[in-house]
Amino acid sequence: MSERASPLLISILCIGIAILYVPILVLIGYSFNASALVSVWGGFSTHWYVQLVHNDQILDAAWLSLQIGVVVSTGAVILGTLAAIALVRFPVFRTRLLLTGMVNAPLVMPEIITGITQLLLFVSMLHVLGWPHRGFTTIVIAHIAFCTAYVTVTVQSRLKSADRSLEEAAMDLGSGPVRAFLDTTLPAIAPALASSWLLSFTLSLDDLVISSFVSGPGASTLPMVIFSKVKLGVSPDINALASLIICLVGACVLLAGYLMRRSERQRLLDAQMAER
Amino acid sequence: MNITGWIARRGKWFIIMPPLLFLLIFFLIPFGFAFRISLADTAIRVPPFTDILSISPDWHIHLTLNLGNFKYLFTDEVYGLSYLYSIKTAFFSTLICLALGYPMAYAIARTSKSTQSILLLIIILPFWTSFLLRVYALEGIIRETGLLNSALLWLGLIHHPLQIMRTTPAVYLGIIYSYLPFMVLPLFATLEKLDHSLLEAAADLGSPPWRAFIDVTLPLSIPGIIAGSMLVFIPAIGEFVIPTLLGGPDNLMIGRVLWDEFFGNRDWPVASAVAIAFLVLLVGPIALYQHYSAKELEA
Repeated sequence: MSERASPLLISILCIGIAILYVPILVLIGYSFNASALVSVWGGFSTHWYVQLVHNDQILDAAWLSLQIGVVVSTGAVILGTLAAIALVRFPVFRTRLLLTGMVNAPLVMPEIITGITQLLLFVSMLHVLGWPHRGFTTIVIAHIAFCTAYVTVTVQSRLKSADRSLEEAAMDLGSGPVRAFLDTTLPAIAPALASSWLLSFTLSLDDLVISSFVSGPGASTLPMVIFSKVKLGVSPDINALASLIICLVGACVLLAGYLMRRSERQRLLDAQMAER
Repeated sequence: MNITGWIARRGKWFIIMPPLLFLLIFFLIPFGFAFRISLADTAIRVPPFTDILSISPDWHIHLTLNLGNFKYLFTDEVYGLSYLYSIKTAFFSTLICLALGYPMAYAIARTSKSTQSILLLIIILPFWTSFLLRVYALEGIIRETGLLNSALLWLGLIHHPLQIMRTTPAVYLGIIYSYLPFMVLPLFATLEKLDHSLLEAAADLGSPPWRAFIDVTLPLSIPGIIAGSMLVFIPAIGEFVIPTLLGGPDNLMIGRVLWDEFFGNRDWPVASAVAIAFLVLLVGPIALYQHYSAKELEA
């Protein structure tokens, strides 16, 4: 499509983007409000950010969430990539339909159902096997299960479009299939691995519902702490925390997007050079 | 038969098995547990339900199935009402998202390639930032002393602050605000691929632009409409955070009922029965639909 958009369309687009961004910008604005009364502007202040550093409950929860996020996204990228390789490279195997179903189902499953069923599993396992105790371990397992689905979908599409001729050439030159894959195709799908790692990390960092179900006493993730505070109403230190998280994540996504675009452009350039 | 040959042939199972076993144990089997517990009775112990299988001292196996939990779902009307209410809320918020998202996607598709990538980034960016925090940010706008009411009061359009928080419109607003990017992206993907010469042909044959839109653009964008609607409808229907934080006591969506049953009443068997019924009534048809539409696309 190339025809110019009409002023009406442009204004709807602007309204839509405003709906997406105004609440976030207002929140960031309020986080610098000196007044504890959220409705009154009491002048510019970084008071709430300073207070955040002394809030042990929030710091502990943030640390726990970060640890969970790193373990989860690493685990999910490994499992999800294996599943994607299986689904793209092995057209026929027993249990293929089962695997396809299980990597797609978490995408359409309401979190609350996944959370309840997983809690019931963990409780029964603990009862019979004496493992796992509800907390860090159970949250990690539950998050890996749904993040794997997102990783598989991302890596799968990248793997389908990846050129296999290099891998075949490597095998002709005497590499084993695993070695050939690691040397040629893995670098080609690396951007997809990186973006699905980031996606898993943010999904894990943001999850409230599943964590609330499978977590145990003493293991409160950041969203759980935020939720319990927010339920009571607007609070200024949460404004500061939220602004911090949103800006941090936004900067990371922009940086990752920039880096990925640059490497993609470099790859295209290299390919063009090679063709000459 | 040498050992290397065996590994080469069996090697693929080293790749298939880890994700398969993990998802089997930690995603699929839990549904079996939920089904089992939905047939149990509540009990005051840890875990808070009875065993449905028991072996008596004389080695008789007793299977005690309790269908009462499912019967209870039909007798207590809160469950039926919250199912219907969830469907209604998800349906109408999907429609509003479509009405807003379609022109947005259309406008983006009509800009130049470089503007497109910037606009898409702007649309995607909120999706990466925390969902919970965005819902919370919305509260800052619509609460009684929030920005919206202050602005309207200042403009003199209203004389008393509007009560938006804890009402149905707040829930709709929350869902639309949270899931709008999911609607715009698939719509853009189909609209971008649209062949412009078809529209030119329609114009040459005398169609006014609105007619060409209805005859050409709209039918060709149906896959995007369906994909976007699914991406909004599915998470909206099981939504818990939005009705809890923004809605009032009337906005009883099924996700909230489940949560209260579990954490408030601690009635795990009934909660399991609600989850199983929810799964069968809502997720089942959606999954089947997706399965068949995927097959149709392949054909």
